[in-house]
Amino acid sequence: MKFIGHLDVMRYFQKAIRRAGIDIAYTEGLSPHMIMSFASPLGVGLTSDAEYMDIELRTPISSRAAIDALNRVGVEGISVTGFYEVPEGKANKAMTLVAAADYIVRFRAGYEPERLQRSVQEKEAAACAEERIDLASAVESFCARREIPVWKKTKKSEREVDIRPMIYEMRYVPVMEQSKAKAESDAEEEKTAANPGAVFLRLASGSAANLKPELVMDALLGSYGVEASPFAYEINRCELYADTTSDTAQKTDESVTVMCAGETRRLTPLGALGREIL
Amino acid sequence: MRKLALSDEILLSIEKPARYIGGEVNSVMKKKDEVAIRFAMCFPDVYEIGMSHLGIQILYDMFNRREDVWCERVYSPWVDLDKIMRDKKIPLFALESQDPIRAFDFLGITLQYEMCYTNVLQVLDLSGIPLLSKERQEDCPIVIGGGPCAYNPEPLAAFFDLFYIGEGETVYDALFDLYKACKKEGVPRQEFLRRAARIPGIYVPSLYETTYHEDGTIAAFTPLEADIPAVVEKQVQMDMTDAPYPDAPIVPFIKVTQDRVVLEIQRGCIRGCRFCQAGMIYRPTRERSLSCLKEHADRMLASTGHEEISLSSLSSSDYSELPGIVNYLIEEYQDKKINISLPSLRIDAFSLDVMSKVQDVRKSSLTFAPEAGSQRLRNVINKGLTEEVILQGADEAFHGGWNKVKLYFMLGLPTETEEDRREIAHLAERIAEKYYEIPKEQRNGKCQITVSTSFFVPKPFTPLQWASMFQPGDYLGFAKTVNHEIKAMLNQKSIRYNWHHADVTLLEGVFARGDRRICDVILDAYRRGALYDAWTECWDYDRWLQAFEAVGVDMDFYTMRERSLDEILPWDFIRVGVSKEFLKKEWKKAHEETVTPNCREQCSGCGAAAYHGGVCTMKRA
Repeated sequence: MKFIGHLDVMRYFQKAIRRAGIDIAYTEGLSPHMIMSFASPLGVGLTSDAEYMDIELRTPISSRAAIDALNRVGVEGISVTGFYEVPEGKANKAMTLVAAADYIVRFRAGYEPERLQRSVQEKEAAACAEERIDLASAVESFCARREIPVWKKTKKSEREVDIRPMIYEMRYVPVMEQSKAKAESDAEEEKTAANPGAVFLRLASGSAANLKPELVMDALLGSYGVEASPFAYEINRCELYADTTSDTAQKTDESVTVMCAGETRRLTPLGALGREIL
Repeated sequence: MRKLALSDEILLSIEKPARYIGGEVNSVMKKKDEVAIRFAMCFPDVYEIGMSHLGIQILYDMFNRREDVWCERVYSPWVDLDKIMRDKKIPLFALESQDPIRAFDFLGITLQYEMCYTNVLQVLDLSGIPLLSKERQEDCPIVIGGGPCAYNPEPLAAFFDLFYIGEGETVYDALFDLYKACKKEGVPRQEFLRRAARIPGIYVPSLYETTYHEDGTIAAFTPLEADIPAVVEKQVQMDMTDAPYPDAPIVPFIKVTQDRVVLEIQRGCIRGCRFCQAGMIYRPTRERSLSCLKEHADRMLASTGHEEISLSSLSSSDYSELPGIVNYLIEEYQDKKINISLPSLRIDAFSLDVMSKVQDVRKSSLTFAPEAGSQRLRNVINKGLTEEVILQGADEAFHGGWNKVKLYFMLGLPTETEEDRREIAHLAERIAEKYYEIPKEQRNGKCQITVSTSFFVPKPFTPLQWASMFQPGDYLGFAKTVNHEIKAMLNQKSIRYNWHHADVTLLEGVFARGDRRICDVILDAYRRGALYDAWTECWDYDRWLQAFEAVGVDMDFYTMRERSLDEILPWDFIRVGVSKEFLKKEWKKAHEETVTPNCREQCSGCGAAAYHGGVCTMKRA
């Protein structure tokens, strides 16, 4: 599904909702359209375990029934995992609520930068002119930096930005700990010595501050003079969060805390903002 | 998960990767070991065009209902992927299984327009199937062609193992059963083709021979073996109501041209316009019953989730239950925010009423296809639309709030004069005048009249099949006359004029009425890089001129010549119901400027009554 663009994913859900017979609300006017919005458009090429969208219903339906109905008419590769009622004030606002996102970045088999490959050390450590980089320690020392200035391109200009405050968490993920689904299907591939492991990222996301995982990875490798080839990263979005620091009513077990510009902030997965409809 | 034929890197570096991944809603997956026949159904153009075609959806559904057949889809890779596949030697694959086409039992290619012929070669080439039928090995898929262009299969004769002439609903079962039996017996390819040639409607070009007179015209077209039929019978599905129709058409991920449910309300047309091939080869006109249409509409809307349904036919206004189906759709679906689209409607009180219910009047436009500017020329082509009807329809529409009108015409028709061409501008002007007769305060701003002309291409099995075409310079002169005359009109600011390229028209003319000698030209042009000729950004006329030159085929022989009535035409061996005698009679009546009544008014004895059904057996008013 990673080849389907955001607008087409929306079209997919518009048609799926009709097939499932879910009584969705429409806008008024001459050309009515479904009241539906996505929290955060996913780029082509990325996979995700955590896409969220808001819809408004005319007739209530239980979470179980809605999930079953949508998955019954769905395709392989897109599944509905949750359906929650969102309290007043947070309804139809997913897009403005998004504050952070989790990602796992792996290296696509065959595209691992050479100096990161574990096999290099054993094979020709001595012959290798440049030193091998250990991804785990590279991530550790990268995170230890106070500032990480990078050149960020916008439509109009290119400017230097410190991305460090937008990285809430970053850690090395050993080969076997990576996303379970991936590990099963690609079990063979995982074992190959070329695989340097993966990186977990919790980054600022949304309209206030937004950091792309590719940019962090480029900066990480760039600090060792390594340039990743196109298609080198395989990125999976794992979760989207709202910032619930000031919202005392919103305390769930799923919330996490992060440090942002010296302050503690509480992030809550978007799904945990709503409640199951029985 | 299905494994894709293309790597992530390739898919992420080309336009619209979703064209190549399959897995759409309602696409059919089967286990390849559990079927006897694997059929790859191809529309030789890009995915968005191919996925919009109703015929393939019908056959896809029909074939897959058979447990022993798995029908999959394949389309032309766009030029970006085409290059990558050639560079990296990646074989063309089917969307569902992502398996190479080369491993299939059949490759079926639908031929909907002439300008896709080089794409046919592309599909064969990328699949690793020899382009020439005679060079194919035992394990190659059987390459079968169908669709309207198969009514003159000769320009493609060398590339196909067989052609299916006519409507797909009738003899595919017989062909599949024969194939299975032959496979079981271990019968060689050539013998299978020989046996297939005896199934009505199946034409095996390699079993026939064409000889030519010194002047280049055909001397004889004969079967090479005694038990091969000399005449191939067009296939017709006579009972439209019980004909197979998909309950669950495929829903593409990306937006395709026809992004809606398509409901075929009838097949054929009673009108008998003399330039129109569809109006002749789909005779007799056959309607689907209202109750079956309602059922199909309900099922398809439920299974696809589409937000629009379109009624399809050559002339929807002639469908006898039109108010019934339209009112049903409005009552049942308007609340559910389903749009109803009604192409090919005649503009009259009923259609205006319906259109005002289902469309936003201010945004939509009215379409008229007078096809010729003067009444004289409309009589020549038997287009029963009069100026009075057009003006009255436009007047009613303008009073109803419409202010956009589209007019379609053809240039280069037989007997056409300067005066006929200038009349196009005059008709547009009179429509504009009708609009400005309405008091200013009741008008909706200015009116917009768009005049579009295409150049006439004589097609096989039409009364104008003997006509000559013109040189590119002449065609442009015709368009200039129209343009010049429009600019001289009082209301010229309300009239826009579009015209087509002339050189594509000539090539289309060659393919439409070509014979077997054209195969070499197509092959040569393809080798020179011709591909996607229907797309302006890919079209290169010089390449084609070089190909004609290199092969030594004179293009003018096919385009600049009025055929004599006793000439053997390349498609004469196909029997379509409408007789050559009738077509000759119509050709003469065209020159006499005499109109032939439509099938509901009076039977004109075209020959389609031989099928004993449809409009031919209905009571006339």
